[in-house]
Parts: sequence; C-alpha cells; structure tokens
Amino acid sequence: MSELGHPRLAQKFASDTKRMHWHDKALWFVREKRDVQTHSLDEWEELRECADKIKTHTLENLAFYLEEFERNTRENGIEVHWAKDADEHNKIVLDILQKHDASKLVKSKSMLTEECHLNPFLEKNGIEVVDTDLGERIVQLRHEAPSHIVLPAIHLKKEDVGKTFEEFLHTQKDNSDPTYLTRAAREHLREKFLGSDASLTGVNFAISETGGIVVCTNEGNADLGASLPKLHIACMGIEKIIPRLEDLAIFTRVLARSATGQPVTTYTTHYHEPQRDGEMHIVIVDNGRSKILANKKYLKSLQCIRCGACINTCPIYRRSGGYSYGYTIPGPIGSTLGASHDIKRNFTLPFACSLCASCTNVCPVKVDLHEQLYLHRQDVVDLGLLDKKKLQALKIATFFMQHPLLMDIGGKIARVVMPLLPRSIVYSKYNIWGKNRELPKFPKNSFKELYKKRKR
Amino acid sequence: MKIGLFIPCFMNELYPQASMDTLKILESFGLDVEYPMEQTCCGQPQANTGCAHEASILAKRFLQIFKKYDYIVAPSGSCVSMVRYNYAQFLEGMDGFEHIKNNTFELIEFIHDIIKPDSLHVSFPHKVSIHNSCHAHRELGLASMSEKSVTPFSKIKDILEMVDGISFATLQRNDECCGFGGTFAVTEEAMSIAMGRDRVADHIRSGSEYITGVDMSCLMHMQGIIEREKLPIQTIYIAQILARGLK
Repeated sequence: MSELGHPRLAQKFASDTKRMHWHDKALWFVREKRDVQTHSLDEWEELRECADKIKTHTLENLAFYLEEFERNTRENGIEVHWAKDADEHNKIVLDILQKHDASKLVKSKSMLTEECHLNPFLEKNGIEVVDTDLGERIVQLRHEAPSHIVLPAIHLKKEDVGKTFEEFLHTQKDNSDPTYLTRAAREHLREKFLGSDASLTGVNFAISETGGIVVCTNEGNADLGASLPKLHIACMGIEKIIPRLEDLAIFTRVLARSATGQPVTTYTTHYHEPQRDGEMHIVIVDNGRSKILANKKYLKSLQCIRCGACINTCPIYRRSGGYSYGYTIPGPIGSTLGASHDIKRNFTLPFACSLCASCTNVCPVKVDLHEQLYLHRQDVVDLGLLDKKKLQALKIATFFMQHPLLMDIGGKIARVVMPLLPRSIVYSKYNIWGKNRELPKFPKNSFKELYKKRKR
Repeated sequence: MKIGLFIPCFMNELYPQASMDTLKILESFGLDVEYPMEQTCCGQPQANTGCAHEASILAKRFLQIFKKYDYIVAPSGSCVSMVRYNYAQFLEGMDGFEHIKNNTFELIEFIHDIIKPDSLHVSFPHKVSIHNSCHAHRELGLASMSEKSVTPFSKIKDILEMVDGISFATLQRNDECCGFGGTFAVTEEAMSIAMGRDRVADHIRSGSEYITGVDMSCLMHMQGIIEREKLPIQTIYIAQILARGLK
C-alpha cells in the first residue's frame, strides 16, 4: 500500500467527494467538541505547559524512571519483561500464553500491538485473538487495520458496520440502527469475555513511583477483560512512564479532553497488582524508541500520549483518511514517527502536510509536530529520496535566485510569452497547478520595473 | 528610520500592483522606504521541500542585502515567518542575524505593532471575510488561533476596522488551512484542491464579497479555484483595500 505513497492514496480517497466530506465533518465534530472542553478551562495552556515539562523531564531521565518502575512493579508482584523490538515482544506474549495453556485472548485497545503486528503472529500460533473495543472489533472482523488511533473505525459508516455484522454476527439484514448493532456486539463480546483464558491491554500511563499502570477507556472493555480471566498481560512502549502518581492528574485532564472532548474518560483504571490467584505481566517495548530518544530533532515525538487530537485537526488527514498514510499511526504524529522508524518506506509522509501548524498547537503535550515534519524533509533530501525532477527544478531556481539579472530576464520572457500561448499548451498535462486551478494573469510589468519607473 | 521593502519573488513577477500598494501604504505613514534591487527569494520553497543547502545559500544572501535596514517589511506572513523562525538553522551566530530576525515584519503586523495609527483615511463599502493564513496566524501570531484557550484578538481585523464602510462576514472554520502550502500545492495536488475548495465554500457561505488576507500566495491559490469554477466571490490582498486612493 505504501509503495504508492501518500499523494496517490489521498487522491483516491478524495475522489469520492461525498465520502471525503463526510469523513472531514465527522472528525471536525470531534475537534470542535475538544475546543468546547479546552476553552472552558482557564488553565488549559498552563496544563499543556505542565504536561510538556513532566514529559521532557521524564525523557531526560528515562533510564532512571524505567528502572524505578521495574523495581516497584516487581515488588507489587507483577512480572516485568523487556523487549527490544516487535519480534521479541510478540514472542514474550506468546510464551506467557503458552505457559498457561491459554488459547483464547481478549484484547483491549493497544496501538503498540498493532505496531508489532501481534494479532497475526498469535493467530499463526493457534491463539484466538478478539479485539474487544467496539471499533477495533469492527475493523478486526473486516480484516482491516484501525484507520485512527482513538476512533479505529471512523472511516466506516453505520451501514458498513451493519453489513459487517450481518456477515459475521448474523444480525438482521439491512439493519444499521446503532443501538441494535451495539447490543449485538455486546452480546457477541460478552461470550468472548466469558470464554477467555487471558487478557491483554495497552497502557496509557505507567507510574514509576507506585509501579502501577493506568488504562483509560470509554467502554469498560479493558476492565472486563482484565477482571475475568486470571492472566493479564499489559504491553507498553518505554515512553509511557510518568514519575509520580500526582503527575497523573495533569494527564487524565488533558487526555480525554483532547481525544474525544470529554472531561475525563468513562473508565480510568489503576492496576497495581495481579488479581487474587492470578498473574499479571508487563511487557516494556523499545522497538525503535531509543533511536528517537537519541535524536534531539525528533525526541519530543516520544512525549505523545496518543490522544489523536493532531489527527482530528489535520486538514489533510480529514480529507485523505487513515489508510493513505500506509503506517500504523496516521496523521501528523504518525508521519513523524513513521519517518523516524523507516524513512525509506515512509518518505512521502513528511510531505503529507501543508505546515499549517494546527497539530503543534492542539497537542496537549506540545510535541513540535510540524517542525519535525519540516526537518524530516531535509533527511529525505539528504538520503536522495526526493523526486529527481523536483530536486533539479529547485536547484535551477536557486541558481537563478542568486542572479537577479537572470531572474528579471526570465520573468520578463514569461510575462511576454505566456499570454501569447494557446490555452492547450499553458494547461498541458505537465501543468499540475493548472489541473484544477487557473494560473494568475501575467502582468505587463514586474514590481521592480514599476518601482524603477516611479523613482525616476 | 530606514525601511527595507522585501517583496516575495512571486509577487514581484505576478502581483506588481499589490506590491506597489504595500509601498504606498508604508510611504503614506511618512516612512523612508527602499526596495533593494538585488533581492530575489527568501528560500522558503527550497526549505519547505527539504533542500537545506539551497535554502541556506538564499538565506545568507538575504542577510547581506537586508541587514543594513532598521526594519524589513514584507507583504507576506509566510516569508516573514521563514526569516524569523527558520533562518536560525542557516544563520545562527552570523553578523546581523539577530537584527533581521527581530526586525522583519509582515505589513499588517508592522502597521499594528510599530506604526500604531489611530485612523486610516480609506473607504471600502463591502462585506469581507478574513483568510487567516497559517504562518501569519500560527507562527507570527497575527490573531488568536482556535486551538488555544486565549482571549480572542485579531491584528488584521483591528486594522481593517479603521476602514470606512467595511463589514465582516463570519466563517464556520475561522482558521483552517486553504491548502496552498508552497510546493504542497503541486506535490499533494488532490489534497490542496480539496482544501482550497472547502475554504472558498466557507467564505461564500458566509455572505462575503471579498476574501482578504495577508498572504497573496493563499489568495492566488483560492482565486485560481474561484476562476476555474466561476464561483461568486473574489479575493483581494489586504494592501489593495488599505491603499485605495493613495498615490
């Protein structure tokens, strides 16, 4: 998919204008809900400032906090595993499951396991994996990936969901009533919960001081999963750490407001020990994060709390859809993480951005998103990945721009010749600007010429 | 006080009248304004495409040409933003860099913050809507952005409110990007067009007669769509409103 690059996949998505507008409006609605919540707090900018400072401090001292977290977690009776990459992570999870003869896993939302492609790996090894977040379950049934990190099925209309449920859950034909479909999903998932051997959750925050983790959801599916079977595995990236319990107050306030425009998530659950007679494991994953940690330019991308606000506000994401990015995480944050992760594969992503800077200013932890995308572009050029024709054109332009006389002559010729050319030549297929837009009318004189005349 | 007039390369070639209006406004305040003839481009197209080497050549050139002026004023938010925020990578520590960084202004910002006029003797009896171009808006801070929780303000509106007979239309999305984005307009043509169409539609829906703003590049993009689709609205660069009647 990503071989096509963002521009072509975006064009494909946008060619269905009606659907594109529907998608744009659905996400803008979430952005507006967020605005209502954040604008009603006088201290919003102060909260962002605090969140930024806590994350900056934590990343500067990450090794210390990770070790403190590990120590406290073990003291709480939780087992800790370290995974350097996706493969190790997947093997650790499989190993834990196999040791317990667990073949049925219920999962709540975790973008990390998407990043590691855990589901197909476990399925290949005979484990039944059920995503229990409603949106995740919908895309799982359709054999699709989430198209958004908080709203995984945002690309689907209720009619699409109705058809999917009709096929897999045998709901009534052509019934796409949301309440009816939600009830059907609940019944279906309830059976899966009751029959499960183990649960897996993501981690929103890992508190170093207490050795506990916090999971925020709206559906309570993580809670049900982590409470029913005796085995609970929680997977987290190394950047999920916050130092103290009191720091959590800042993050729970900014997370839900930014993500869905709610003052707080419906369920904010603290896990500090295994259930009675049960086992709890935490898998801490690097998978390229320490490489970002070592790169000053992109370091702040590790501050991300995965609220999705930058995705909702991005005018390109809203009109191109999550799949146009060809990376696990779409939108501005995905474009910088994707470029850091594998720039050769994702070299179109830093350019899937008009540098409007809305993302940077909506971000509750002040990740300098558009500035990172600007810098990634330099890496693309340095690695020779920029389109050769474009590079050549800019080099020629730069040459002209060092010689004002050449610029003046070039400009003069263009202003004389362009109006004389027939439309078919001016608007040939090479004129990408002119495909859907008129060019400005070429004036007789440049400003410089008028300025000289006026001075005389 | 000597002002260096910095006219973006494409405006010099394609928008001589809008550029001339910028000069006229500055002169109407009794300022000593000079247009240095050897100027070409600030290097933003190169920088935004990742061509740091090429951009740095043009940044150094810009510094040498403009460092002798007390103020540098340009009819463009995004070119000024390039100087103020993106030149550091190329010019940090060089003689005169701090000076141009602190004293390069977008036209409206300069009038609002430095000249601070009490009144303007100009009339424009039309309903206008303001296009908040991203770099002027979010980088230079010409108006409060919708993302932030701050007291609303707009330097652009403050200045336009001094114009006789003008009225303002309200947009549904006050500061969404129009999709110009420099080379983005071509690299991501489909996105650029979709964004531009949506922006123009919002302005039309507002009942506005003219889309105005501080960046001719965004207006050029939207005007291109308006003309191709024969839409019932026009764009007008802000200096063309403010300089009416000036000689």
